[in-house]
Amino acid sequence: MTSRFNLYKYSSPATFYALAGKMIPWFYGAAALLGAVGLYISFFLAPTDFQQSEAYRIIFIHVPASWMSMFIYVVMAGWAAFGLAFNTRLSFMMASALAPTGAMLTFVSLWTGALWGKPTWGAWWVWDARLTSELILFFLYLGFMALQAAIDDPRRADRAGALIALVGVVNVPIIYFSVRWWNTLHQGASVSMTKAPSMATIMLEGMMVMALAVWMYAIAASLSRVRSIILERERNTQWVAQLLETEV
Amino acid sequence: MLEGKDLACVRGERALFSHLNFTLHGGELLLVQGANGSGKTSLLRMVCGLLAPEFGEILWQGEKIAAVRESYHAGMAYFGHAPAVKEDLSAFENLDFSCRLAGIPVDHEEVKGALGHLGLGHCLNLPAKSLSQGQRRRVALSRLLLVKARLWILDEPLTALDQAALQLVQSLIGEHLRRGGMALLTTHQPVMIPGITPKILDLSA
Amino acid sequence: MNAAQTVFILLRRELMLAMRRRGDVLTVLFFFVIVASLFPLGVGPDPKLLRLMGGGVVWVAALLAAMLSLGRMFAGDYADGTLEQLVLTPTPPVVWITGKILAHWLVSGVPLILMAPVLGVQFGLSGDALAVLVFSLLLGTPVLSLIGAIGAALTLGLRGGGVLVSLLVLPLYIPVLIFGAGAVDGAMSELGSEAHLSLLGGILILAFMLTPWAVSAALRISIE
Repeated sequence: MTSRFNLYKYSSPATFYALAGKMIPWFYGAAALLGAVGLYISFFLAPTDFQQSEAYRIIFIHVPASWMSMFIYVVMAGWAAFGLAFNTRLSFMMASALAPTGAMLTFVSLWTGALWGKPTWGAWWVWDARLTSELILFFLYLGFMALQAAIDDPRRADRAGALIALVGVVNVPIIYFSVRWWNTLHQGASVSMTKAPSMATIMLEGMMVMALAVWMYAIAASLSRVRSIILERERNTQWVAQLLETEV
Repeated sequence: MLEGKDLACVRGERALFSHLNFTLHGGELLLVQGANGSGKTSLLRMVCGLLAPEFGEILWQGEKIAAVRESYHAGMAYFGHAPAVKEDLSAFENLDFSCRLAGIPVDHEEVKGALGHLGLGHCLNLPAKSLSQGQRRRVALSRLLLVKARLWILDEPLTALDQAALQLVQSLIGEHLRRGGMALLTTHQPVMIPGITPKILDLSA
Repeated sequence: MNAAQTVFILLRRELMLAMRRRGDVLTVLFFFVIVASLFPLGVGPDPKLLRLMGGGVVWVAALLAAMLSLGRMFAGDYADGTLEQLVLTPTPPVVWITGKILAHWLVSGVPLILMAPVLGVQFGLSGDALAVLVFSLLLGTPVLSLIGAIGAALTLGLRGGGVLVSLLVLPLYIPVLIFGAGAVDGAMSELGSEAHLSLLGGILILAFMLTPWAVSAALRISIE
């Protein structure tokens, strides 16, 4: 009995709301700091690439955004599975809060991919396996958000969204494999971003710092989104009423 | 025995009812009453197992209904708002298929008999789309005669029925109770079943 | 009563309903034909180009047609209360869900397979390629019904359900499209289509084992 009580305490939206409120500034701060350092390394310290000249520097944004966009989908599906298994409302809220950030990063990844492609491949869009998979991932995010938006009943929206996220995550490896297969068959040796000349250590460092920055940003953004979801869902409860009184 | 313990229901953001308790034994009738929107249909769907209660549990012969789903559903018949009658099938086909899908082997005579009992003998083979609203509901009610369910859960079984059918359905419920069956129903009409004093569950209270 | 019997009774009922609503079945079939016929009008009548595109175009048209017919899978039963009654039968949901999906495939997938060779001829596909096209559709269209069932179940009773289901389901259809169209391409080159067809078969088995459970969960969510 006691262990159940503990779980409820930590997963209670009221407790979490306060906790998240304290954590958000730290994560935003870390994101800003790491972002500044990362961008400085990427744009000033990293040497000019002898093949791609300055244009390659966009990968310092592109690659972290792509990594994070995929990772967030998996995390989202994890929260969804947790919510379906243990019926904890907070997990569903976390899943919904992550989706817009994930979709945004997917979009950034596509956009910067296009910016990178123009000088490198001579075209804004190339049906490269990675870009295509990223595009499909974007569609998966859109589907998740559209489904949740179409359902009025929050309980059904949570569960339906969770299920489609799980179905999506099971399909992602199959989709990725099929797209790679399709790409190699149709293009022979494809131009791929990982086949860029082996990176100097400083470039790798820049990319890692940028990845951490994106990570911190994603945590901060989804925490603050989950706070607004909590407020909206719990607006009829006593603790929100008290909160509003003290804040006004 | 059917038991509801400390049930609570939340639809959307509205709490419909909470701390609701009831018991129902063989031969008893439970009338669920309450204003529109008080959660009568939700309660019935909850008892069926279509809707998970926000809190509390429903027990069938002492076991949670989810744990004994198959035997519970085999011993239960639900009549909902939508009559589950396919417009493109005839009255006969509708009843025949719905019994077979529920796992009840029926022969032609039984199906005809059940429909005849509800006054549909003359339109066995008409497609349901040419039947009136009341006739469709009779098709749906005729299932109750064939499925050997101990528990009947009936949501507004008396609406859209004419005087004769009203009497008929009430006498069907009466017979069912006298055989030791149980019934849970919602209605806005007065229910008169000779020899039976219904238990009342008022959701507005 | 065993599972096979339930599936059989359900199939009989669904086919009877489809026969009485032949119009719905034909609409999807005509949609399939029209979509495929639009491509030559869009890209020009060059036979070489059309032969190259044929397999892919027929597959894309099949994807769209299969998606269009998803609305019928559960929506009618949901609206008239039949779905609730099915949930309340003692039969495990996975059993009758499999029956419903099978019925959907028979009614909307099989006609596409039968029509596909005609469309293939329009695109100048060779005999081998036509045979592979039919075979790839035979393996692939059941997957479309299986995966589509999840989308159909999740969007029951929602406004704009039709458009929504396409957003949910089409991205998941992509592997089927790639391997299906790839098989036809393979038949026309020296690559062969065995690998594609095996992968398609693998996807079919996987989908057949997993999707009925997902659909069962989805229906439970939507019916509540």
